[in-house]
Amino acid sequence: MSNGNNASATPILEIKDLVTEFATSRGSFRAVDGISLKLYRGKTLCVVGESGSGKSVTARSILQIVDAPGRIMQGQINFNAYRGSDRVVDLAKLDPRGKTIRDIRGRDIAMIFQEPMSSLSPVHTIGDQVGEVIRLHDKVSKKQAREQAVELLRKVEIKNPESAVDRYPFEFSGGMRQRAMIAMALACNPSILIADEPTTALDVTIQAEVLALIKSLQASSDMSVLFITHDMGVVAEIADEIAVMRYGKVVEQGDAFSLFGNPQHPYTQGLLKSVRELDQPSPRRIELRRRRPRGEACLVSEKVRKEFPIPGGLFGRGKSTLVAVDDASIELRAGENLGIVGESGSGKTTLGRCLQRIYSVSDGNIRYRDHDNKMIDLATLSDRELRQPWRDIRMVFQDPFASLNPRMTVGQIIAEPLVTERRLNAAAIDTRVAELLELVGLPASAASRYPHAFSGGQRQRISIARAIAPNPKIIIADEATSALDVSIRTQVLDLLLDLQERLDLSFILISHDISVIRYFCDRIAVMYRGRIVETGPTEEVCATPSHDYTRALLSAVPIPDPTRRGTVTRVRYTGEA
Amino acid sequence: MLISYVIRRIIWAVPFLFAASLVAFALITLPPGDYVTTLAQTLAESGDQVDQARLAALRARYGLDQPFIIQYFMWIGGVLQGDFGMSFEWNQPVAQLIWERLGLSFILEFSTLIFAWGVALPVGIYSAVRKYSAGDYVVSVIGFLGLALPNFLIALVLMYVAVVHFGVDVTGLFSPQYRDAPWSWDKFVNLLQHLWIPVIILGTSATAGLMRIMRANLLDELNKPYVVTARAKGLSEWKLILKYPVRLALNPFVSTIGWAFPQLISGAVITAYVLSLPTAGPLMLQALLAQDMYLAGAFILLLCCFSIIGMLVSDILLALVDPRIRFR
Amino acid sequence: MTTIADPRTIDMRTDAQASQWRLTWRAFRRHRLAVVSLVIVLLFYVVGAFAEFFAPFDPETTSSRHIYHPPQAIHFIDWQADGSWSIRPHVESMVVKRDPISLSATYEADPARKIYLSLFGQGQPYTMWGIFQADRHLLAAADPADRFYLLGTDRLGRDVLSRVIHGSRVSMSIGLLGVSISLVIGVLLGGISGYYGGFVDTAVQRVVELILSLPTIPIWLGLSAALPQEWSPLTRYFAITVILSLIGWTELARVVRGRFLSLRMEDFVIAARLDGGSQGRVIFRHMLPSMASHIIASVTLAIPAMIIAETALSFIGLGLTPPIISWGVLLKEAQNIRSIAQAPWLFAPGVAVCIAVLALNFLGDGLRDAADPYSNEKQ
Repeated sequence: MSNGNNASATPILEIKDLVTEFATSRGSFRAVDGISLKLYRGKTLCVVGESGSGKSVTARSILQIVDAPGRIMQGQINFNAYRGSDRVVDLAKLDPRGKTIRDIRGRDIAMIFQEPMSSLSPVHTIGDQVGEVIRLHDKVSKKQAREQAVELLRKVEIKNPESAVDRYPFEFSGGMRQRAMIAMALACNPSILIADEPTTALDVTIQAEVLALIKSLQASSDMSVLFITHDMGVVAEIADEIAVMRYGKVVEQGDAFSLFGNPQHPYTQGLLKSVRELDQPSPRRIELRRRRPRGEACLVSEKVRKEFPIPGGLFGRGKSTLVAVDDASIELRAGENLGIVGESGSGKTTLGRCLQRIYSVSDGNIRYRDHDNKMIDLATLSDRELRQPWRDIRMVFQDPFASLNPRMTVGQIIAEPLVTERRLNAAAIDTRVAELLELVGLPASAASRYPHAFSGGQRQRISIARAIAPNPKIIIADEATSALDVSIRTQVLDLLLDLQERLDLSFILISHDISVIRYFCDRIAVMYRGRIVETGPTEEVCATPSHDYTRALLSAVPIPDPTRRGTVTRVRYTGEA
Repeated sequence: MLISYVIRRIIWAVPFLFAASLVAFALITLPPGDYVTTLAQTLAESGDQVDQARLAALRARYGLDQPFIIQYFMWIGGVLQGDFGMSFEWNQPVAQLIWERLGLSFILEFSTLIFAWGVALPVGIYSAVRKYSAGDYVVSVIGFLGLALPNFLIALVLMYVAVVHFGVDVTGLFSPQYRDAPWSWDKFVNLLQHLWIPVIILGTSATAGLMRIMRANLLDELNKPYVVTARAKGLSEWKLILKYPVRLALNPFVSTIGWAFPQLISGAVITAYVLSLPTAGPLMLQALLAQDMYLAGAFILLLCCFSIIGMLVSDILLALVDPRIRFR
Repeated sequence: MTTIADPRTIDMRTDAQASQWRLTWRAFRRHRLAVVSLVIVLLFYVVGAFAEFFAPFDPETTSSRHIYHPPQAIHFIDWQADGSWSIRPHVESMVVKRDPISLSATYEADPARKIYLSLFGQGQPYTMWGIFQADRHLLAAADPADRFYLLGTDRLGRDVLSRVIHGSRVSMSIGLLGVSISLVIGVLLGGISGYYGGFVDTAVQRVVELILSLPTIPIWLGLSAALPQEWSPLTRYFAITVILSLIGWTELARVVRGRFLSLRMEDFVIAARLDGGSQGRVIFRHMLPSMASHIIASVTLAIPAMIIAETALSFIGLGLTPPIISWGVLLKEAQNIRSIAQAPWLFAPGVAVCIAVLALNFLGDGLRDAADPYSNEKQ
């Protein structure tokens, strides 16, 4: 495919100078500010941008389903395949509640969304919701619609479509729900599919399957896809054309290969750089390990098991239990970074909280080397006895908004572990807080402010300052970078490495994102359904995974380079289901 | 799934009914003295002969010399066989006094519930969909007034207006000629002609409450992503609102019958007193003021049972409309 | 690399230094209705607290000459017979005319006789809160021997306005006191339930559910009917308050428990635990401040329910009884259709109930909306 080819063909959808505004009490806010896009038949156009770039609003403007105060102010959205004919319709001029646009929605242009759970009605069966589209646009009986719905479910590879059609969305897994959404979108063979972050809420292995499904459906039906995402890896996987958006404007567009190979705009360059940085081990870490070898084991878990009761029964006492962590044994050595990687529900967060003894442990030992160089078992200690270990093993949480008390100043938050320690007086604490803020790269004036004044990345720094306040030895960071934009992620990871060098820390980093682990961790433990399936040095595990699940996980990770598209064969892991 | 849920839920209600009966019996025994002493006193005051043997028999019947828990079991044993004890004020078994009044209470409260639902549902939907329109404001103001005004005050004002400005008497549920007449079709029609006034009075606060709940729920639901999905399918606006968000907003709405019903029963007691309706409330009040405790206790017990059964019905209805509950 | 924000640049707006209460107050101020309601509610409590001063007369003073005396309007402009005028507030005196046939009394205004009023004038002496003697009233007749009735009189010729003002003391305070007791029970049980979870939680929840599934008024009635008749008015007042709060605590317990449950697993609370805080410190320093505003809102919304309950009980005769004056006791006078037909101003305490209840409801709604100034933050 080349640009020359495109110029000769007419685009199936052409957006010209589109402006969409949201009227607020403080005047109107331009979410989409004069963008122009072209989508060609059978091709995939990726609109990529970080949160707040206006990419979702663009997608919704096309079908005129922008949320309430939003309105298309100017521009054209020319759709060139109305009912399969050549008739050109300007969607922007249509009445959003009128018959014409309603006929186009779902039949000519279909849409799928980010949250497959909340985007489906929880109280209607899948068959009802899929059949509804068919009956809305074709004159068919209820029975025929149902049969067609079953066919569609089969087409999107849902198992046992005959029974699945009568089930409710909450009985499905996330990936299955997204497949059902896709079935719904494909019901009337649309000529355009708009996919608004369809894989963001999914695990990476499921994401790979859904992307493959979209690609194969597109190939078999000559459908055009407008794909909205923030993930450069996904873009590299599927895009023919790319438009990079920022602050409601398109900063750069072009075909996938040239844009990845030779980005023009500084924003695109920055975006690609932070993605690529994360695609390899941190040079800084490797350099640091060369100078300072790892010490002996400082935190060891032996066959740790954690069960949760499943609520139910007459008086709320559970009869059955859920095994969240099953026989997990890991070892953290002084001065190293251990990564725990796993998908949602793998038990990695629970394991992290067991190691810290936030949760009690159902079975197994957690041995920790204390100040007298003695190994003690944390598993049996009470909250009171845990006070000292809790000063040595600290935690950085995932959500930078929930982990800081909004009612306390940053100074008070960071000082809290020092106050409860009762070793320093007030003045000494203030000095220490200023010192800690300096360490994490924040000005001392931050101390008097409340957390709501800070951005996500800054809050994570505050969280880190609190963690290092009592001079800990080990920090457990649970998805500490997941809530941050890509560009901020490396900054925070680099800060952690910096602190490791200065303060002799050891880290356990828990993440679903293998690239973050690869960047930051020396060794890796892969978790799947509560079990640790594989451990080893990061590079070794990534290069030659020994467990099938690890292989499936690694093969599913999108590579942010379109030229390597298709070089990795996808492995699906189905064992131990 | 549904059947097992219903069975579970019914089994659930049993301890509640038991607890309610304990509460009712505790209230019976709370005032100083017991039925027999009160009876003896009344008899002595009116100069009648006090028959010690009869008193002793009554004492034995109700186990009045026994500890509380035994008394309770003797009482509840009787209740389960339809014997609610004696009313000394009426000198009649309680069971003879209560059923017609409870029946009328039930008709009144049930009609009120239907009325509250019938009004609150469409109005709530309207005011959520046309948020911040003039109609919405009017509805909100009426809703607030309905919530804030105690029912019995509305009843009083209405009575005043009816008497002073229209010369009409709005009290009672029957015209005088039907008051003591046996049940007939005409009497029933007459009941319906009178019923609407107490229904409206009693229904104001429930309607206002339900309306606000419907509005708030629907506003929540209208912002959910599945509404956008439905819109992207090409559904027309009203059709999609009725099929999806309204359907979901209905769930909490259905579960509110659970609490609306006890509140209705509560409200009905005093409103019925003001309007002198021949329902349970006024007789219960009279019994309480006279400390005729078996009669009062029977009413309290049965009204509590009404209320628990109302809860039960609302929970089952909720399971019917919301598949997620059934699977829990 | 243009996107990467410098971590050292921080938000310098004043908002960034505003504490929770400042933000809540700011959010609250946007609800104009709630602010107006706050003023009204405060007014009610002030009037109730200084009832003797605000009431023109002693509420128990009867006057056989003024039975069912209709309300008199205040005139501000004083026209003299010669056409000159001055600003001097007064009411026109009324005289009784007896219908010769039916013997029923009707009042007619007598424009010739004016009763002049004065602010902070001398009137009937009273003992404020049983502590000190005074005789100043907000509004008094210039001649202390005169009586004037802005809201008319009742069947014994007592001034309805004074009675309503004195009633506000009891009715408004019973709401506050009852809610305080409910709050203690609710916070205690809800807190225990939410913090410890498990079996304790289940037990408390079942009790709450049971109470919620029972109709309250029959039970209230049953309890208050059981109160010994010979108790003193004050004892009765406290007993009724306790009865009301015994049932009113459930909603508060639910709010507290819900907040506790959700807060217990919040990251910042876990962090506080890990920071080495004792249980007490975690609860009082970290959890309670996050709940305080919610609790205040729920309390405000619980007060009107208490006021209505007291009014209803007293209205029926099972709550407070004379000589205590509460709005419910006063409304008992309006029970009889004959008396309200003759003296519709006996509804005045009902109007007071409505205004107080509405104001408290609006105030509570405003507080609830403002309770969590951080809720929209993530967007």
